[in-house]
Amino acid sequence: MKKLIVLFLMVVMPALGLAAGGNVHLEEADIDPTDQASLQRGAKFFVNYCLGCHSAKYQRYNRMAQDIGLTEEQVKANLMFTTDKIGDTMEIAMSPDAANRYFGTTPPDLSLIARSRGVDWLYTYLRSFYIDESRPFGVNNIVFKDVGMPHVMLDLQGWQKAVFRENEHGGEPVFERFELVKPGAMTPEQFDGALLDLVNFLDYVGEPYKLERQRLGVKVLLFLAFFFVIAYLLKKEYWKDVH
Amino acid sequence: MSLLSWIDERYPLLKVWNEHLAQYYAPKNFNFWYFFGSLAMLALVNQILTGVWLAMSYKPDANLAFGSVEYIMRDVNWGWLIRYMHSTGASAFFIVIYLHMFRGLIYGSYRQPRELLWIIGVIIYILMMATAFMGYLLPWGQMSFWGAQVIVNLFTAVPVVGEDLGVWIRGDYVISDATLNRFFALHFLLPFLLAAVVFIHIVALHKVGSNNPDGIEIKKGPKGNKWSDSAPADGIPFHPYYSVKDIVGVVGFLFLFALVLFFAPEMGGFFLEYPNFEPANPMKTPEHIAPVWYFTPFYAILRAVPSIAGSAFPGVVAMGASIALFFFLPWLDRSPVKSIRYKGIIFKAWIAIFVVSFIILGYLGVQPSTPGKTLLAQICTILYFAFFLLMPIYSKMDKTKPVPERVTK
Repeated sequence: MKKLIVLFLMVVMPALGLAAGGNVHLEEADIDPTDQASLQRGAKFFVNYCLGCHSAKYQRYNRMAQDIGLTEEQVKANLMFTTDKIGDTMEIAMSPDAANRYFGTTPPDLSLIARSRGVDWLYTYLRSFYIDESRPFGVNNIVFKDVGMPHVMLDLQGWQKAVFRENEHGGEPVFERFELVKPGAMTPEQFDGALLDLVNFLDYVGEPYKLERQRLGVKVLLFLAFFFVIAYLLKKEYWKDVH
Repeated sequence: MSLLSWIDERYPLLKVWNEHLAQYYAPKNFNFWYFFGSLAMLALVNQILTGVWLAMSYKPDANLAFGSVEYIMRDVNWGWLIRYMHSTGASAFFIVIYLHMFRGLIYGSYRQPRELLWIIGVIIYILMMATAFMGYLLPWGQMSFWGAQVIVNLFTAVPVVGEDLGVWIRGDYVISDATLNRFFALHFLLPFLLAAVVFIHIVALHKVGSNNPDGIEIKKGPKGNKWSDSAPADGIPFHPYYSVKDIVGVVGFLFLFALVLFFAPEMGGFFLEYPNFEPANPMKTPEHIAPVWYFTPFYAILRAVPSIAGSAFPGVVAMGASIALFFFLPWLDRSPVKSIRYKGIIFKAWIAIFVVSFIILGYLGVQPSTPGKTLLAQICTILYFAFFLLMPIYSKMDKTKPVPERVTK
């Protein structure tokens, strides 16, 4: 029923291209927020690869433990590096000033990144780094041109090169495809799977109560449907006087 | 002595109850369009109640506002529900009000003797827009900030005093903590003024009596019905007949409301714009700034009017006029009949043109402007104004049908 409702709204809503992404084609991130194993893998990936520079300062560790099916002890032992208080939020040690010196910009907090950018954008962005010697970290990104972020998952994904073709209307060359130059520790399929887990986790972090909201919604709708019948019958009974 | 009579000797409780509910005779032929008045009141009450509870945890401070909203969404018990009720409620309020106004438009509810009732309604609408505009700054996201920037800049386009006016509104040279603080204060105050004006709206309504889909004055018809010998024959007591009917409308409305609230609170970026999940950053202008959907028709009118000598003032005037014209509607309509049921093809066609232009303008207002879209917006703007300004002519020319003596069905 939930899926049906979501589908219905998605069809009915005029899906205008309001999400950020420019004119790059975005890959669909096929994630499952009910898949706790995926969320746990995503959490592990997040604390190891992202949480060094990006905070998730509105997300509490204990809330995460509860929501993705881990015990507080498991989280403390495996996923907490910057604090030992389970009630803390996911802050980082790096100061904004230092970050600004390293990257030329402050890495954004990721608590709401899945809500502002959308999961498709995140997924496509994370797999779109390519070699570009002209950039400070030797990489550029198709989705986010001249991004300040280095390719932190280089060892996993490997080096890829972007192939462009000439723009028939003049102007900037058009991106065509990636070519893997030097394989990483993961196969492309494994890497995409890991990114999907990460994006799934970021989507969870964006709205931790999303599943709860939908569960409650079903109950509310069922009640209202039932109450509608009662209200309608009551009205009909009263209106016998009028007709 | 019962409690009721004790009170009644000191306060006209029964009299008020009877005059406004149990013995307030409303036409018996209300249709679907007559649900939206009571729904608008429900939406207002929902906004005020959820708003007060949000204010208990919200911090009107440029450094804390964004975080406090997330605190409400994550750490406050049921905070997410209250916040979504408020954010979805704002859009729902406008949808209901637009439909309520459309009802007035098609059944001629603004015509004599309801001119003042209509004018009070337009005042409510303007108060609503002011309240919504200030409320939208409070989450202190990117769209909150830049949207407010764009709207306040409109005032600076006023010749001579513009710059000072902008500073006076913002309390600063840019949108800042000072602006946020005063917008919060006003956003808390205005809804109560709004509620007071709604009360006046209802007092005016009960003085003249409700219009109906036939546009016939039931007070002028024959007297005497099942409940009273002196009441209009085509009237029925508001309570219990319309109170139980409105409950059906309320439940139907709540069903749709819950559908959005629980399953699509962002409504595809229309009710909660995606860039607003990013904290306000005065150093970073978003790629595309669009106001929330309920303002976009007027925003499109603003952009459609070309600048004169580099000043956007003509557009601002056009935007103001597009709203102000509603005040004059009672005197623009010269048709001998009130309801669209008895109006001719010309009036019906103009209503259709107006609605289509309004919707297209609303769509264009969220889109980045291109030469083609600007041209379309200009055409729709002209049609929008023509609907009002030509009304004295076409409403007279129109071939109307005879109006029956009594309400139908």
